[in-house]
Amino acid sequence: MEKPRIATATLAGCFGCHMSILDIDERILELVKVVDFDKSPIDDIKTFSKRCLVGLIEGGCSTEENVHVLKEFRKHCDVLVSVGACACTGGIPALRNHVTLEECLNEAYRNGPTVYNPDNVIPRDKEIPLCLDKVYPAHHVVKIDYFLPGCPPSADTIWTGLVALLEGKPLSFPYELIKYD
Amino acid sequence: MSEQIITITIDGQEVKGTPGQTIMEVADSAGVYIPRLCFLKGLTPHGSCRVCVVNVNGRPQTSCTQPIANGMVVENDTEEIKQLRKDIIDMLFVEGNHYCQFCEKSGNCELQAVAYRLGITAPKYPYQFPNKEIDATHPDIFLDLNRCILCARCIQTSRDVDGKTVFEFVNRGPEKKISVNADAKLSDTNLDVTDKVVDSCPVGSILKKRVGFAVPIGKRIYDKEAIGSEIEKG
Repeated sequence: MEKPRIATATLAGCFGCHMSILDIDERILELVKVVDFDKSPIDDIKTFSKRCLVGLIEGGCSTEENVHVLKEFRKHCDVLVSVGACACTGGIPALRNHVTLEECLNEAYRNGPTVYNPDNVIPRDKEIPLCLDKVYPAHHVVKIDYFLPGCPPSADTIWTGLVALLEGKPLSFPYELIKYD
Repeated sequence: MSEQIITITIDGQEVKGTPGQTIMEVADSAGVYIPRLCFLKGLTPHGSCRVCVVNVNGRPQTSCTQPIANGMVVENDTEEIKQLRKDIIDMLFVEGNHYCQFCEKSGNCELQAVAYRLGITAPKYPYQFPNKEIDATHPDIFLDLNRCILCARCIQTSRDVDGKTVFEFVNRGPEKKISVNADAKLSDTNLDVTDKVVDSCPVGSILKKRVGFAVPIGKRIYDKEAIGSEIEKG
C-alpha cells in the first residue's frame, strides 16, 4: 500500500515552525517509515506530485502569492493544519494590520532610520508578489481543519498532532502541549 | 441559634454553604473550580465577563453573583457550559490584540490560562485587529488597551482598595474602553507602582515597567499547572 503523503509550506512566517518540525529529532526516522513528504521546503519539492493526506501550513497570508500557495494546499490536501501563531492568528506579521499598507511600505523603504534608498523607490517589480492590505490568518482565506498553536508549537505538539492524524484519531492535547507562546 | 446550612448540588456533588454565599464561594471551598475572569477575591462580584456562567436549575446564571438556595441543582462541567465559555474566550481573543508570543504577561495571564484549560487551540471567530491605545507616559507603569478585556478589576481595585479612582470606563458598546481619571495621560494621575491596582489586571494591560520576562518559560504560573488547580487541591 502506498504511504500517505505530507506537504508543508511557509507563508508569512519565519520558518521557526519548520525548525520545530525538525525538532522531533530521531522521531523523523519513524515518520518517514510511514509517510512520504511531498511539496515542502524540507525536501525542496516545489510542486505537488500527488494528493496528500496532510498539509501543514506555517504563516498567515501577507501577499497574493501566499494566498495562491494556500489555495493550492487546500486543493491537494485532505486535511489542512495551521501550525503556529502566524497561521492561527496572523502573528507578528499581523502587527502591520494596525497601520495602512502605504505607511508600512514608506517606513520600510523610505522613512526607516536605517534605510538607504537614494532613488526613493518602493520596489514594484512584477516578480515581487503584491502585498495584501492586511495579514490574514490562514483560516480567514481557506477552510482549516486543525490548529496547532505556539510560537512555535513544540516538537511534541507537532508530533502528537501528526500521530493522531495519521492514526485517524481525533486531535487532543495534554495541558502542557497547548501554548500560545 | 445554630447557623442555617444550605445544601446544593454541583454536577451531582453535594456542597454545603451558608445563606448569602454565592455559588462560586461554596464551589471554591468544596474544591470545585468554576472558570472566571472578572472575579477577584476582595472585590464586589459583578458578573460581567460571563465566563463563570453555570446552569442553575436549568437556567444560565453567573456563579460569582448568584446566592445559593436550598436544593439548587448546578451544572458546571458540562459540554454545553464549556462550549459557552469557549465562545466567550474566543470572542475576547479576536476583539483585542492578544499577541501572546511577545506579551510580558504570557504564562501568567488569566485569559490565556482559561483558554489553555478549556483546550482552545485557536479562536474560531474572525480576528478584528482593532486599533487600540498604549499609554507609556507613567514612569513605572504601562497601560496597553490592546490586551484589555474590560473586566473592570482595575476600576474596582483602584476605587475600593486603593481609594484613588484612577481608572474608569468611557463610551458604550463596541467603543467601550478603560480610561484614566484625568483629561490627559496615566502620568497625570496619582497612580503609584505600589498600588494594589497594578496587580489586579488578569491580562497584560497594566504592567510594571522594567520587570518583564524575569521568569523563564517553564517556571511561570500556568506553564505546568492549569488555572484553578490551586482550588481543586483545596
